[in-house]
Amino acid sequence: MGIRVNPRTTQRIAKAVIWSAAILVLLLLFTIIIYILSKGIPHITWQFLTEIPSDMGKSGGILSAIVGTLAVTLVAIVVATPLGVGTAFYLTEYTRESGVTKIIRFSAESLAGIPSIVYGLFGFIFFVTYLKLGWSILSGGLTLAVMILPTIIRTSEEAIRTVPPMYREVSFSLGGTKWQTMTKVLIPSALPGIATGIILGIGRCVAETAAIILTAGSALQMPTSLFSPARTLAVHFYILASEGISLENAYATAAILIILILLINIGANLLVNRFVAKRR
Amino acid sequence: MKMKNFGERIPQSLFFIIALSALTVLALITIFIFIEGVPLIAKVGFFKFIFGMKWAPSQGFYGIFPMIVGTISVTLGAIILGVPVALCCAIFLAEFAPRWLSDIVRPAIQLLAGIPSVVYGFWGLIFIVPLIRNYLGGPGLSILAGSIILAIMILPTVISISEVSLLALSPLLKEGAFALGATHWQTIRSVLVPAAKSGILASIILGVGRAVGETMAVIMVLGNAVALPNSILSPVRTLTTNIGIEMGYASGEHQQALFATGIVLLVIIMILNSLAQYSIRRK
Amino acid sequence: MRKSDVKSRLFFRFSFIFCMFFSIFSLTLLTGCGRNADSVVIAGSTSVQPFAEVLAQDYMASHPGVSIDIQGGGSAAGIMATQSGTTDIGMSSRNLQGSETSLWSIEIARDGIAIIINPKNPITDLTLQQVADIYDGKTTNWDQIGGKKGEIDVFTREDGSGTRSSFESLVMGKNQIMARAMVENSNGAIRQLVADDPAAIGYISLGLVDTTVKALDLGGIVPSRAHVVDGTYNLSRPFLFLCLKAPTGLVKDFIDFTMSAQGQKILYDQGLITTGTNP
Repeated sequence: MGIRVNPRTTQRIAKAVIWSAAILVLLLLFTIIIYILSKGIPHITWQFLTEIPSDMGKSGGILSAIVGTLAVTLVAIVVATPLGVGTAFYLTEYTRESGVTKIIRFSAESLAGIPSIVYGLFGFIFFVTYLKLGWSILSGGLTLAVMILPTIIRTSEEAIRTVPPMYREVSFSLGGTKWQTMTKVLIPSALPGIATGIILGIGRCVAETAAIILTAGSALQMPTSLFSPARTLAVHFYILASEGISLENAYATAAILIILILLINIGANLLVNRFVAKRR
Repeated sequence: MKMKNFGERIPQSLFFIIALSALTVLALITIFIFIEGVPLIAKVGFFKFIFGMKWAPSQGFYGIFPMIVGTISVTLGAIILGVPVALCCAIFLAEFAPRWLSDIVRPAIQLLAGIPSVVYGFWGLIFIVPLIRNYLGGPGLSILAGSIILAIMILPTVISISEVSLLALSPLLKEGAFALGATHWQTIRSVLVPAAKSGILASIILGVGRAVGETMAVIMVLGNAVALPNSILSPVRTLTTNIGIEMGYASGEHQQALFATGIVLLVIIMILNSLAQYSIRRK
Repeated sequence: MRKSDVKSRLFFRFSFIFCMFFSIFSLTLLTGCGRNADSVVIAGSTSVQPFAEVLAQDYMASHPGVSIDIQGGGSAAGIMATQSGTTDIGMSSRNLQGSETSLWSIEIARDGIAIIINPKNPITDLTLQQVADIYDGKTTNWDQIGGKKGEIDVFTREDGSGTRSSFESLVMGKNQIMARAMVENSNGAIRQLVADDPAAIGYISLGLVDTTVKALDLGGIVPSRAHVVDGTYNLSRPFLFLCLKAPTGLVKDFIDFTMSAQGQKILYDQGLITTGTNP
């Protein structure tokens, strides 16, 4: 045993350290978000939002990137949600808990953790080259769909399983079929969880960069069909930033990205809170 | 009666088909990655692939050891820098923060989690890299830069799960410790944290998983040199950034080698996931 | 039922219907029956890319309804995409080799490769051999070649870059660029990093040099378009457009535009070396 230190002193030191850690984290948040927003928002004009980029992105706006982001995310959600929620239903309602379901669950868990770059590699080889879809919103959206599918399956399954068995039993005892039980009882109860999964998926789609560059391409023009290449906001930002094309536009695009994600997060929280409050 | 059964069959078959398609797609990816990657690992030789020091696809060298070292060093750095801060924050939120403060800090941390990785990478390029270059030396593009960024990125994960673990503890533990005369800090250090150990460990492992899989945040600040680093100020390449840089133009064997790298990443993630689950279950 | 329940139910019903409608609407808007016939996809060299963009903007201005989609990826990616049919036109900043020569190609311009350093670096002139020694690791400190003491931060392009291949064959000869060199995958990225780091050295397309970086004289020769043309500055390489087979239709029209007097003038004004008009 070394020097005997008064436990009160240790406590004071510990408290100081812990408070500084919390302050550090807040400081970081400030530096990153406030700095980017303060440098970026001044450059966000109505023109910026409604014109397409020109001169490699040095001038013009980001309309094509906004449309690209929406399009790719839409394709991903439209494909992944039915597949994911449907699979979750099948796993919880129509199969018994067994070794097979454990394996499936573990695989979904692992696949959700695979770096997105590996999905990008797969998407490039499979959708762009092999299926000859080329660099397109379709290739990008399908790749993203595959990427968010495990997450949607996992969160939906979790949400459905946590519906109290009593709900099901009451429904059955009242003479409801399985289908009726599902649509009228289970889905509404599990909706916040399912919605959270979908929103997590949307967040991932909006933030994804490497996989998109390789599957949806990085064309500056406004996409005209599902088969056109398109860039997303994240890709546009990455290219502007890494190649030093226009620092101002980079900050502005980053600001829009952050605001978008903020809105998505707030929307998600509102959704969950509303349902939780309703339950109460 | 027959009508009812029929009405039951349709949705059941429908869901079965949906589930089958979804699982087929997921299986497709895994199979694809393995089909492309395994032949190359077999051709090059498992040990030559994992421990080979030279990565030069144009000359037929496919050793990924420099990248493994890159991934490990950057991730280790992230843990060393990030976990202590995260743990302190979790303790702060669970034990010290007044309600009004934690209601501000918690969403703030969630916000940190929502920032796209490319924005982190850019911020790192603008802030961290010049700082390192001017005050510590080297090109600034380095393991240190990558570790700092990854440390910030894993904060939300580690903080939120650790905080949940601490809050989930029975209040009796704290009360018992106080009754025995322990100070608040003594209680935290010797009773609460050890009790929440499995949750905290799980959060760290999940954070590691996130750090290992990160590409865009680090590709802008690591320098991407394909060599073993000689200090934390050296540029490196990770397994993920290697794929990121080369996948646009890789073909044939080179492409297979990138898939093989994907297999390595998949295996690492699976091991980490199992460890996390095991640690949670040990409670 | 509480009023708030009714309200939130209505809210969700409404937003659900809205989302469905919006999705279907946008998807129909975006659905084409296959690849747009009025579009040309160009992909490949990041050196050629900005110049192709300028050509495309001009072309699209006079041909409304046509969409020319350009992306980078590097020369090797462009060649691969041409071979697999993923792109209509591939861009390359190096000569074709081996099996690639079966592709149809045309040289749209030439460009020099500039060795760039940070403007704060006092050095103004190096020999080719000195540059090669830096890049293969023999020279590691600026003071070994007459500069301020400091370790040289060496930047290079990625393996699949045409600029890198040309650099390797023109400057490195039989030697390899060292493994410790830092890799970035576009001209812009290298230029930006060299502009920020006083100890950096890199190489980019001559046509992309701007005031943020300093281009070195090689063996006393100033890197300029005139010197590339008269051969005294010998780091130059061709910019190629590639197609799987001889181009037809819209693709041919665009390539013809590129090679016409108007197209060549655009490239010339952007700083490239053009061979003049092509019939």
